[in-house]
Amino acid sequence: MAERPEDLNLPNAVITRIIKEALPDGVNISKEARSAISRAASVFVLYATSCANNFAMKGKRKTLNAGDVLSAMEEMEFQRFLAPLKESLEVYRREQKGKKEARKDKDKKADSEEQDKSREEDNDDDDERMEEEEQNDEEEVDN
Amino acid sequence: AEMAAARLSGTENRLVSLPLSRIRVIMKSSPEVSSINQDALFLTAKATELFVQYLATYSYKHGRGKEKNALTYTDLSHTAEECETFQFLADILPKKILASKYLKMLEKEKRDGEVREDDDEGEEEEDEDKA
Repeated sequence: MAERPEDLNLPNAVITRIIKEALPDGVNISKEARSAISRAASVFVLYATSCANNFAMKGKRKTLNAGDVLSAMEEMEFQRFLAPLKESLEVYRREQKGKKEARKDKDKKADSEEQDKSREEDNDDDDERMEEEEQNDEEEVDN
Repeated sequence: AEMAAARLSGTENRLVSLPLSRIRVIMKSSPEVSSINQDALFLTAKATELFVQYLATYSYKHGRGKEKNALTYTDLSHTAEECETFQFLADILPKKILASKYLKMLEKEKRDGEVREDDDEGEEEEDEDKA
């Protein structure tokens, strides 16, 4: 590896949270363990990227795509991840699409300002998130 | 659709909690990678979360530590050594050894006639980097 894993680390707070939610309540995680898992996660990213890149190269592509990452997971023997990853990807793609359309709507509305005084939210599809807001820790949006 | 997202995500109803920008930095540090499409970036981030969960729970379940209510470094390094799926972590999660034990090992080897060349490393386990 060209760089030491410590230089490419992930936020401690997020890593800790993920670990805590995975383990039973009341289990302590030593600082050393947490730091080790964080390093392991970075190494995982590097390994997965390298593996995915091999698939891209086999396909004579320069851009890593979703399929490459999924193939990499299989190659690395993390088949158990495939189903949840595919599900998440579906949701992610829908979210992205929703955001794009919300932005387009915003632009259209900006052009014709007179039409949308206050109730533009009601005009949006119920399925879509509120415009481009990042999903915060709020409850799920109801349909 | 929102229900599915809440069910899938591990943390606070978000689809993914690890920051994509940071994941991207790590991915781009690989010299042979030119570009990464958005879906691939998302999947890598999500896979990393799943990996963290898996490593933590596996190590906790199989840990031979005396404490049942803690996850320790030793649990993790056991996992790296013993579970094939996690063997790629063996170098960064080495078994710990007391410095005094290591020094004794060195002395024994010298006595046996073998001189180790890399005997200036190892006093601090954490710095071990044989890669």
